[in-house]
Amino acid sequence: MGSNSLYGPLDPAPDAGYPDAPPRMGFFTDTSVCIGCKACEVACKEWNGVPDDGFDLLGSSYDNTGGLSANSWRHVAFIEQPAVDALAAAGTTGPQFLGMPGKDLPGRTLDAPRTDFRWLMMSNVCKHCTHAGCLDVCPTGALFRTEFGTVVVQEDICNGCGYCVPACPYGVIDRREDDGRAWKCTLCYDRIGDGLTPACAQACPTQSIQYGELDELRGRARERVERLRGQGVTEARLYGHDPEDGVGGDGAFFLLLDEPEVYGLPPDPVVSTRDLPAMWKRAGLAGLAMAAAVAVSFLGGRS
Amino acid sequence: MAEAHPVGFQYVVEAKNRGAKVIHIDPRFTRTSALAHTYVPMRAGADIAFLGGVINYILSNEKDFREYVVAYTNASMIVSEDFRDTEDLDGLFSGYDPELNVYDQSSWQYAGQQDEGQEEGEAHTDRETASGLEQESHGPPVPADVPRDPTLRHPRCVFQILKRHYARYTPEMVERVCGVPRDKFDEVCEAWTANSGRERTTALVYSVGWTQHSVGVQYIRTGAIIQLLLGNMGRPGGGVMALRGHASIQGSTDIPTLFNLLPGYLPMPHHRQHETFRQWIDAIRNPEQQGFWANAEAYAVSLLKAYWGDAATADNDWGYGWLPRLTGDHGTYQQVLDMIDGKIKGYFLLGQNPAVGSAHGKAQRLGMANLDWLVVRDLFMIESATFWKDGPEIATGEIVPEQCRTEVFFMPAASHAEKEGTFTQTQRMLQWREKALDPPGDCRSELWFFHQLGRLVRERLAGSTLPRDQGLLNLTWADEEPTGEDVLKEINGFDVATGELLPTFTALKADGSTACGCWIYSGVYAGGVNQAARRKPGREQDWVAREWGWVWPADRRTLYNRASADPEGRPWSERKKYVWWDPEAGEWTGYDVPDFEKNKPPSYRPPDGATGVAAISGDDPFIMQGDGKGWLYAPSGLIEGPLPTHYEPAESTVRNPLYGQQANPARKVYDRPDNPTNPMANDVYPYVFTTSRLTEHHTAGGMSRQLAYLSELQPEMFVEVSPQLAAERGLENLGWAHIVTSRAAIEARVLVTDRLTPLRVDGRTVHQIWMPYHWGSAGLVTGDSANDLIGITLDPNVLIQESKVGTCDIRPGRRPVGPALLELVDGYRKRSEDHGK
Amino acid sequence: MSPKGSRGDRPMVPPADFRSYYGRPVVRPAVWTHDVAAYLFTGGLAAGSALLAAGGDATGRPALRRAGRTTALGALLASTYFLVADLGRPERFHHMLRVAKPTSPMSMGTWILSAFGAAAGVSAVAEAAPLLPAPVGRLITPLGTAGQYAAAATAPALATYTAVLLSGTATPSWHAAYPDLPFVFAGSALASGAGVGLLGAPVSQAGPARRMAVLGAALELYGAHRVETSKGILSEPYTQGRPGRLLRAGRALTALGVAGALLGRRSRVVSGLSGLSLLAASLATRFGIFEGGMASARDPKYTVVPQRERLARRAAAD
Repeated sequence: MGSNSLYGPLDPAPDAGYPDAPPRMGFFTDTSVCIGCKACEVACKEWNGVPDDGFDLLGSSYDNTGGLSANSWRHVAFIEQPAVDALAAAGTTGPQFLGMPGKDLPGRTLDAPRTDFRWLMMSNVCKHCTHAGCLDVCPTGALFRTEFGTVVVQEDICNGCGYCVPACPYGVIDRREDDGRAWKCTLCYDRIGDGLTPACAQACPTQSIQYGELDELRGRARERVERLRGQGVTEARLYGHDPEDGVGGDGAFFLLLDEPEVYGLPPDPVVSTRDLPAMWKRAGLAGLAMAAAVAVSFLGGRS
Repeated sequence: MAEAHPVGFQYVVEAKNRGAKVIHIDPRFTRTSALAHTYVPMRAGADIAFLGGVINYILSNEKDFREYVVAYTNASMIVSEDFRDTEDLDGLFSGYDPELNVYDQSSWQYAGQQDEGQEEGEAHTDRETASGLEQESHGPPVPADVPRDPTLRHPRCVFQILKRHYARYTPEMVERVCGVPRDKFDEVCEAWTANSGRERTTALVYSVGWTQHSVGVQYIRTGAIIQLLLGNMGRPGGGVMALRGHASIQGSTDIPTLFNLLPGYLPMPHHRQHETFRQWIDAIRNPEQQGFWANAEAYAVSLLKAYWGDAATADNDWGYGWLPRLTGDHGTYQQVLDMIDGKIKGYFLLGQNPAVGSAHGKAQRLGMANLDWLVVRDLFMIESATFWKDGPEIATGEIVPEQCRTEVFFMPAASHAEKEGTFTQTQRMLQWREKALDPPGDCRSELWFFHQLGRLVRERLAGSTLPRDQGLLNLTWADEEPTGEDVLKEINGFDVATGELLPTFTALKADGSTACGCWIYSGVYAGGVNQAARRKPGREQDWVAREWGWVWPADRRTLYNRASADPEGRPWSERKKYVWWDPEAGEWTGYDVPDFEKNKPPSYRPPDGATGVAAISGDDPFIMQGDGKGWLYAPSGLIEGPLPTHYEPAESTVRNPLYGQQANPARKVYDRPDNPTNPMANDVYPYVFTTSRLTEHHTAGGMSRQLAYLSELQPEMFVEVSPQLAAERGLENLGWAHIVTSRAAIEARVLVTDRLTPLRVDGRTVHQIWMPYHWGSAGLVTGDSANDLIGITLDPNVLIQESKVGTCDIRPGRRPVGPALLELVDGYRKRSEDHGK
Repeated sequence: MSPKGSRGDRPMVPPADFRSYYGRPVVRPAVWTHDVAAYLFTGGLAAGSALLAAGGDATGRPALRRAGRTTALGALLASTYFLVADLGRPERFHHMLRVAKPTSPMSMGTWILSAFGAAAGVSAVAEAAPLLPAPVGRLITPLGTAGQYAAAATAPALATYTAVLLSGTATPSWHAAYPDLPFVFAGSALASGAGVGLLGAPVSQAGPARRMAVLGAALELYGAHRVETSKGILSEPYTQGRPGRLLRAGRALTALGVAGALLGRRSRVVSGLSGLSLLAASLATRFGIFEGGMASARDPKYTVVPQRERLARRAAAD
């Protein structure tokens, strides 16, 4: 393990033992051109043979998938943001919580006053973190780092311990109920090895999902943000592009038009295993305290 | 467009990324609006008022491309002095016959041509037979010599008539009629005109929901007028494009699945109007007319030779007698009503699901339940094959499965990936498609099915001497199943004697020496090469990409492209250079195949008495039109008038703010107890509703509600309402609501969303409700069908139903079941009649 | 679990001080059932019992030794059952032994548990020496003693690694508790081991168990207090609802158990009841910690607000 193996900027494939690793591959998902067609969701399921996720109307705008799960490796989020005057007209200008239980209206908020109605759409996916919590904590070696720097579950190894599920700072990886194993996006490991584009990016009609070498994508993303800002879209920002962030940068990063949490993303994710040394230290201390307590108990008294 | 055509929408996104401004006008905020710079909410069914406002803006601000307008449109033509406009007659044109609800069109003609106009009887027949469709590729007959005023100042010239007609379509009126705020309307006008002219062009792209109105043809006409005024026709980046709801809808009008057309827009003969072959041909080519239709006899004879081969001879008029004849309205809705009345015994459904997808679902199902037999060919067991056991009429007792007399034959069909053939898209481009895999089980292609059907029917008729059987018995029918390429070759046409494939339609002969399945497609197999299968990538050729696919006619990518050059044949601008006259070579040249006679110079003027192609001037780009001009004003050919006029939809919550005439006076109405219409401005049906598609599903759901990956994305029928309407009616997000019209009541889950906005129209609030129409009773996800709400009222020109706007009520909670449902609908109807009094 | 499944138990509408996506969780709650919460208890119990056995043996208290050794084995078997049962693919439990991975607390725990299990198993079997044929018995007794000390040596690791197991996740209230959770678990393990001693040994031998109860309780209460008070908003899930009730019950039972241990020196019945009370306390505490973390994952507030605060602090520092 190198010095940044748990935290900090890193090229993950060489760190994982691929001396001649090809360039790191990833996704840049530009939500400013997403039209919410969900072709990515369908193409992913078709290629990867992912089962359907049940037929439930969620009443959350056009999102009937709900989120990423073992059975949905791409998820298109839909956020409706009314103009303030529309809220006033509807007589609902009181403070409101944006995310709401099923019976409320989708997407009403006042915390970001707007003059125009906005309908944001965003195709979410596994981030293929530089420091991947799921991979770090996997006790069987089922999760592994590929030569492309991506993170993949081996379905013949996974025994469904479920540890990766709460370890993911993005809530991505998930255990499939009737199957018992953990599943998530593989960045189409079985396509990119043959030089093909992952199914979702291939199906995306507007190039909202772009696949390529991560370095090149990061450059493209920076240009895109600058251009959008130049066009007056000042709220455009990148998410997950920064190698200095809490997960060492994402292999799949995004251009967003609002705060990450509006899309269901954590605003400042940190890989939990960053604190492992500290955690073990505290555990050791507690263990010592325990041993000492036992010693005192047996040696310190008379009866 | 993003909603129903996400793949095509990628080019809008690309254009936006290159700096294009995207404006979206729609009753509701859709996925398209989400990416547009400006979203303009609008009342459903008021499009002509809006576009008329744009015309008024162009004319009153002199934003038209005047040189183009004078040279290439009929703006300068003088119209008959008998003509009276809607301005004079409060919403009617001159010649209206209130008995038949049609016009005597004589007074609409150009000056001195009054005899050419259609009389009421003809117009009535044209409406019955949807003759407007014939004009898809050629204008109706118009003689050549028309008085003109190139200064456009004559009070009866088309330009002045246009100006007067649209003078009342002011921005204030647009706001009042459409509910569109003045600033948004101005933004649209400014953007459209600023992006048109010598240096720039604008394309008008619509989806076929635009056609589904009682004035649908006139909607598109209004768009075409704007495009002509701005010089956006026949030039690169211009045009009027229809985005179709299926892969090859253009193809299925070119080689039609329509009752009134034969391939290549040759009209189906009418039993009274076209008794003889000569009458039929003359009706198409109109002997004195200019233009390429003058050669109609060659196209028609070649078609009949393709049908009947050696049996088609000059002596038997090429088998003309074997062609079926129209006797009146055989449109799909008339057929359904005839089924209900027991006049039709058998029915074929091919990839169509009228039980869900057609207007007035109940009429569709009751009609199909009253047949002797019904053949359904589809990929899945759709509602139109199962309605007799699971349709909504079972619960109400209107259909009793044990007593339903219709015998249904279900024939599993191959999908497009399981058979070869072509798709023709909106640019008229044919693209060849290989077969990717064999169809599963008993699924078969249409080609297999019809070849076998023909073979078996002919076997049973063999030896018959009955005259009615001769048409079938004399067909050229191969013993072996033909391949898709065999069919395409026949469509291309060949020399009867040598079998040699023809290079283009100008090689077609009227003497029986050529056979051709569809004259406009002639050339698709030129040189023995399947031109539709050409797939040279765009980066390996110029921007017109002529080596990709094949475009009818004669591989012209842009129709009427002579208009991309000025009258002298020079490009209008370097930036928009496309096709031009090369004086040295003495020919038309450019990036595209010139849509003009190659060696006819711009200076050519026809000699007196010239007809046909020779009668087209060197500066008349619209070569299929009778006068070679783009028509701002249609002196004939349209049933309800020469100029688009705002009429309210057949069902509207408001009175027409523009005229005393409420709705299209010539609309096709089927006035029967089982097809009631909601009265106008009636408080019992206080809301406007419109329907459309979701990205996640395909039309009537036959291809999407059977697939888990699509069904899970939109699993339930729902209705979208604004928060204001939700408050007014007590509707809750995710709760149930039922929607009622005089035809039906359906239920849906409620989505309360700000994507719908109440509009101020003529001083009152108009609430609009939106529903998808994908659900029915069969499939993985089921639900009530929005099309059950809609009645049958049709556009008079093409007999397309008004299914994109209607009036309704909406109430919280589920609808009743069983007979109580009928009582609810009846109760509404009675109350609305009382209210009307 | 599908995100759709979480609709039913969505949290109450929080105030408008943060934004989220329809109130859906940002991080995913663990898919673990109560088997894992139960394992937290049995693992700790095994560790505490092994320490009790070693101490009892070393100081000549055979009853403590016997109770400790047998309970350690019993708790170990229960632990193994709970762990295997909670796997999505129980038949693949041995895949845990494919690798030894320092970054995975669960992998480390597997090896700790294996080592402990082997040692504790031998020492428990040695308890049966009198029932075995003499040569075998003679051979196994020293093995049992060795196993007993080996188990005791690994017991602190067994008792505390589970704290790292939980803290090593993105579950907000578990992760935030990482400095203190090991003390809660260590104390809880000691207290439950003490409970075994109080239950299984005559009052004459139970003295060390009483002291263990007091010290364990002190450790546990200290840790729990820190967890419940020093983590800002992330302490909240441990004080509200079911987790709050469980942790309060745990504290009350601990207090009761300690009081009984101190006051019941002469009564086997009181000692036994206080032992039971300590065991119940440990169980309640483990379930409380488990459910507190789960609740923090279900409500996006606990993910978003602390991260927002962190960003604000960083921005202020810049």
